[in-house]
Amino acid sequence: MKRLTASVVALVATTTAPIAAEIAPSDVTYVDGAVDVSLTGEPGDPTRGREIVGSKKLGNCVACHEVSDLADVPFHGEIGPMLDGAADRWSEAELRGIVANAKIMFEDSMMPSFYKTEGFIRPGNAYTGEAADDTFGPLLSAQQIEDVVAYLSTLKE
Amino acid sequence: MIRTKGAICAFLTVAFGSTVQAEPVDDTLILNEEVTMVTRTAAPAHLEGVLDEVLSGWHFRGTETRAMQADDFDNPGMIFVEQAEEVWNTADGSAGKSCASCHGDSADMAGVRPVYPKWNEEAGEVRTLEMQINDCRENRMGAEKWKYTGGDMVNMTALIASVSRGMPVNVATDGGAQSTWEAGKDLYYTRTGQLELSCANCHEDNYGNMIRADHLSQGQINGFPVYRLKNTKLNAVHARFKGCVRDTRAETYKPGSPEFVALELYVASRGNGLSVEGPSVRN
Ligand code: HEC
Ligand code: HEC
Repeated sequence: MKRLTASVVALVATTTAPIAAEIAPSDVTYVDGAVDVSLTGEPGDPTRGREIVGSKKLGNCVACHEVSDLADVPFHGEIGPMLDGAADRWSEAELRGIVANAKIMFEDSMMPSFYKTEGFIRPGNAYTGEAADDTFGPLLSAQQIEDVVAYLSTLKE
Repeated sequence: MIRTKGAICAFLTVAFGSTVQAEPVDDTLILNEEVTMVTRTAAPAHLEGVLDEVLSGWHFRGTETRAMQADDFDNPGMIFVEQAEEVWNTADGSAGKSCASCHGDSADMAGVRPVYPKWNEEAGEVRTLEMQINDCRENRMGAEKWKYTGGDMVNMTALIASVSRGMPVNVATDGGAQSTWEAGKDLYYTRTGQLELSCANCHEDNYGNMIRADHLSQGQINGFPVYRLKNTKLNAVHARFKGCVRDTRAETYKPGSPEFVALELYVASRGNGLSVEGPSVRN
């Protein structure tokens, strides 16, 4: 009897938890540019984060930033600061805020807002040059943001 | 070259535009061992407080690419100039006229490219060279309009630019052109698309810096049309604008649209004083 109740509770928890925990782009709370809680309610995966930071198709962060740890990826840009030691300079909450929407931490920053869906001028459908349609979503998903934050948190000098 | 900006510094330099480290190649472009081109010069007065010096995109390209442009025999863009020369002298349309029927030798068009886009009093509009060419085709030759960034059009603009090479860009921004120029300036500073990037983000604040594998120039248009090694053809100004806007993950404007005409006038005026270089060679 006791066992049965426990498994019912567990079932309810697993089906509702992810939906309740994921914070939508427009619902993120920024405090001084930082975001305290995980957007998914769970920690990210630094290995996947590393791939997102280096990949042209995903975060393409190296278009603007150099990262020594990603020396295997060719062509790093020099628009933003080098990311080596980013975790020494910023807390996890600050890194999450910077990746989700850097323009709150750095006013007028050139860095794109990776977890934002509103307020754009002539938003397009990816790189087609056509107008955005109803598939329009943030540049990175909540899970991808967490993965990137987990990876940045490993960048210590 | 790489800027390592620590946390404190990042807090202080809220807008980072002041820390540009331009790294253009120090070199002189001498065309066909004859004409010394002005590829860097003092910025026009309207850019005061924004840029001290304006630089041709030529300075941001590699040694071989720069060399190709210095000699007409090596410049692949000149093949298209030759093709346009034939078209210049060939009658087309119901009036049985060619460009030469009205304008004489193509070389007589020297001085035209540097002042376009230009206010046309009778039409009450700012006209690009492409608009003027199509006006001649429709209304003087009785011929069909060419596609704005199509092959015939871009070849003809290359011919007309080529005979002005070495002359300084000198578009007027006042009089009838002023409101169009202002509209173009607004567009230049508007952060479009999902990446929220303006022309100025890349070409004013970051020229000289690498963005991934690309060495950012000032995005000047004195070299248009441009022969690009990447797509092995001549590229029109509005096609380049479209590509850059698309790369901000934006809905682009159309070539020939009032927006791009205004943007062209404004961008051209940022290069006032630079030599006309078209057809130039870029990667
Ligand atoms: C188009 C350029 C651009 C892209 C793309 C970009 N950034 Fe940035 N980033 C900047 C700039 C510029 C700054 C400096 C802040 C400022 O002054 O605006 C910055 C700052 C940062 C900082 C703080 C750096 C420090 O050490 O002080 C972090 C962390 C960061 N970015 C991470 C990322 C990550 C992760 C991505 C990809 C998911 C990314 N950036 C993509 C331009 C960019
Ligand atoms: C995300 C960065 C970015 C933005 C935003 C951008 N461009 Fe560019 N643009 C580039 C790159 C990269 C190149 C190729 C390297 C170069 O010449 O600078 C380029 C090249 C050009 C060129 C060719 C220059 C030459 O000498 O061949 C022109 C003209 C130009 N851009 C104009 C514009 C205008 C106008 C806008 C705004 C509507 C704009 N760009 C926005 C990245 C950008």
